[in-house]
Amino acid sequence: MIRDITIGQYYPAESPVHRLDPRVKLGATVIYIVSLFLFESFAAYAVAALFLAAVIKLSKVPFKFMVRGLKSIMILMMITVLFNLFLTPGNTVLQIWRLQITDEGIFKAIFMAIRLTLLILGSTVMTLTTTPNNLTDGLEKALRPLKKLHVPVFEISMIMSIALRFIPILLDETDKIMKAQTARGADFEHGNLIQRAKNMVPLLVPLFISAFRRANDLALAMESRCYRGGEGRTKMKPLIYKKADYAGYAIAFGYLAVLILVGNLIKV
Amino acid sequence: MGIIKAIKLAYEYKKYDDEGKVESTIRAVDGVDLDVKKGDFVAILGHNGSGKSTLAKHLNALLVPTDGTLYVDGKDTRQEENLWDVRKAAGMVFQNPDNQIIGSIVEEDVGFGPENMGVPTEQIWERVEESLRCVGMWEYRNASPNKLSGGQKQRVAIAGVVAMHPKCIVLDEPTAMLDPSGRREVIRTVRALNQVEEVTVILITHYMEEVVYADKVFVMDQGKVVMQGTPREVFSQVETLKKYRLDVPQATLLAYELKKAGLDLPDGILSREELVDELCQLKSKI
Amino acid sequence: MSIKIENLSHVYGEGTAFEKRALDNVSLELPDGQFLGIIGHTGSGKSTLIQHLNGILKGTSGAIFFNGENIYQEGYDMRRLRGEVGVVFQYPEHQLFEIDVFTDVCFGPKNQGLSKEETEERAREALNQVGLSEKYYKKSPFELSGGQKRRAAIAGILAMHPSVLILDEPTAGLDPKGRDEILDQIAELHRIRGITVVLVSHSMEDVARYVDRIIVMNKGKVRFDGPPREVFQHYKELESIGLAAPQVTYIVKDLEKRGWNLDTTATTVEEARDAILKGLKA
Repeated sequence: MIRDITIGQYYPAESPVHRLDPRVKLGATVIYIVSLFLFESFAAYAVAALFLAAVIKLSKVPFKFMVRGLKSIMILMMITVLFNLFLTPGNTVLQIWRLQITDEGIFKAIFMAIRLTLLILGSTVMTLTTTPNNLTDGLEKALRPLKKLHVPVFEISMIMSIALRFIPILLDETDKIMKAQTARGADFEHGNLIQRAKNMVPLLVPLFISAFRRANDLALAMESRCYRGGEGRTKMKPLIYKKADYAGYAIAFGYLAVLILVGNLIKV
Repeated sequence: MGIIKAIKLAYEYKKYDDEGKVESTIRAVDGVDLDVKKGDFVAILGHNGSGKSTLAKHLNALLVPTDGTLYVDGKDTRQEENLWDVRKAAGMVFQNPDNQIIGSIVEEDVGFGPENMGVPTEQIWERVEESLRCVGMWEYRNASPNKLSGGQKQRVAIAGVVAMHPKCIVLDEPTAMLDPSGRREVIRTVRALNQVEEVTVILITHYMEEVVYADKVFVMDQGKVVMQGTPREVFSQVETLKKYRLDVPQATLLAYELKKAGLDLPDGILSREELVDELCQLKSKI
Repeated sequence: MSIKIENLSHVYGEGTAFEKRALDNVSLELPDGQFLGIIGHTGSGKSTLIQHLNGILKGTSGAIFFNGENIYQEGYDMRRLRGEVGVVFQYPEHQLFEIDVFTDVCFGPKNQGLSKEETEERAREALNQVGLSEKYYKKSPFELSGGQKRRAAIAGILAMHPSVLILDEPTAGLDPKGRDEILDQIAELHRIRGITVVLVSHSMEDVARYVDRIIVMNKGKVRFDGPPREVFQHYKELESIGLAAPQVTYIVKDLEKRGWNLDTTATTVEEARDAILKGLKA
């Protein structure tokens, strides 16, 4: 299951989406997420889904790969859907014991499921097509005005990119330690909540120690390669907008316009 | 003066007990003299805890001597203002391949050092290409380091150092966590760097097969250099090496055993070919 | 306590684009008391194979019989199996977590549901067997040297009294002396306790020196299976799958090519020495 998490993973491919400036992708993702909350109608979601499908197609990332990322948040999604299903007031359609399902609730639950799916897929497209370094470079540049307020923007983005790189490594490590402790008779699956929490100790202690050791090693490695913060540093991949990037922005705003239009015209 | 010169280099650190009092003082490196010439391939051998890694960290000014002096490329590492020059002159590759790769794709990692040094963008790309080609990882420039084998990751780490155009590369047990084929890959790369690019190499290891090609071998124990010489000179002393928790390549050990059994073989045979030749000569005399 | 593996396959990510057949129809038998070596390059399936033997991974198809019982049958007690088949993973010191060495070694037997006295008795015995004396008992595992940590971790498995002990690369990263110490202790355990030992290793020299039988894995399949002397005769095939024979085997083979008449099955330094001394006179 641990292997299914796709956050922080980059899918290398040659596509127009991969080549876009990370700032465009960040901006477009924000626009997309906002757009999902503007309307609650099938027509609007159809537009959003079509747009996303087109982008995914363009990105050359296999759809299967994207869906794997969805699996890991399945539980969260189910809970949200169930809450909406049972706790929305309206005309009761079905009553089971003290729980009631309303027609409002059914719609709310369906919309919520669609919205969450599109939201996750939309942000996955961004992380899969942008290397973490590139992404944090984009963030750094987008947040640059904050530097005037003495926010260490460069350092923050460095921390983020390192964190992203180490996510898969630490997941792998978690898997290994879990197996090793299972071999010693540890049980991570049974017992009540308190017991389970206690049973996590043999997993968490080694994991923290390993994370600290890695952090220490990495700090040494960075220092030995002349790292000294953002001062006097040059960029291998400086961010400069190209024509395609302006087109990217245009498309994102175009999408938003179409969505608003459709959302206002068709109320189904 | 050589590219690296240590004069009575020592490094001490204090160990504290639970109350924060000094429990003991540990002399991890104890009066080491070292003189490495430009273009040399030098190996430093020693068991775990012999002080060899502590010494290695000095060469990159990650640690500075508490006693004695160390010059890297003519610069005293204890002078604060020399820090970046020292690090540019002597690049360092560490043991754990996962913990030293910073970038999330290969080429970005190799560019990390030059970026820090303030190299202009176009030159960074030139350096990245040239160093990735040099270690044979150019085809993997867009790959994620997490998808590479251990040996490949270490070659990327080496490229990351090469891209900084150092005069000297220090490798601190670069093969300890690799399988035999990964180990071969890395050692081949290091030898090529030394022979083709004429980069000075300081290889720290406890695998004996890897030091056969070195110009000079130093053996460390308890922070001191206890043996030094050519591989042949050092490997001819099988018993002494065992005393320092080390061993010799199997060919050398077999030659040593045969000699003990009464055969007239020369000391310090290093390779399988050498031993076979010597044995055939012996047989022809009978 | 014999283990029998029948047509075991393991496919990672079945049905996805990342499908990988890690084990491909493996059938093997591990009789009691054997000292077995498994070799193969990284990704050959050897680590996947051993993780099946204590039920941590479940085969996609096939069966494993421990003492005649199918471990995949409904209601099989996996925790008991894990006490019987002890697996020491690569870099086992990374699993240490307790405040002191002694408590850490107690973790396994405690999970087996043993009484406090029995647990402590076993911990003491296990630590003794790996050569860690009483002065280390109350030390934090993180204060120990690399070799000592490794041994403490192995003791953590030994304390569970497994009848089969599996070690995945137990000497990785150790210096030559540390390597010899651990392997000698394992050989000693095998001799005294008569338990089955499975040693997964990259070092042909180590395997040749200690084991009775070698299994060579390649692409999820068993490629060779036999005593070291026989398996290393296939050194050319071994090379083609990224492995090799011990250096001394090559030396005796080279001598034969140069016209010597000698026994070329040597796989250890001692065997090679004797063969050469004999061949020199022949």
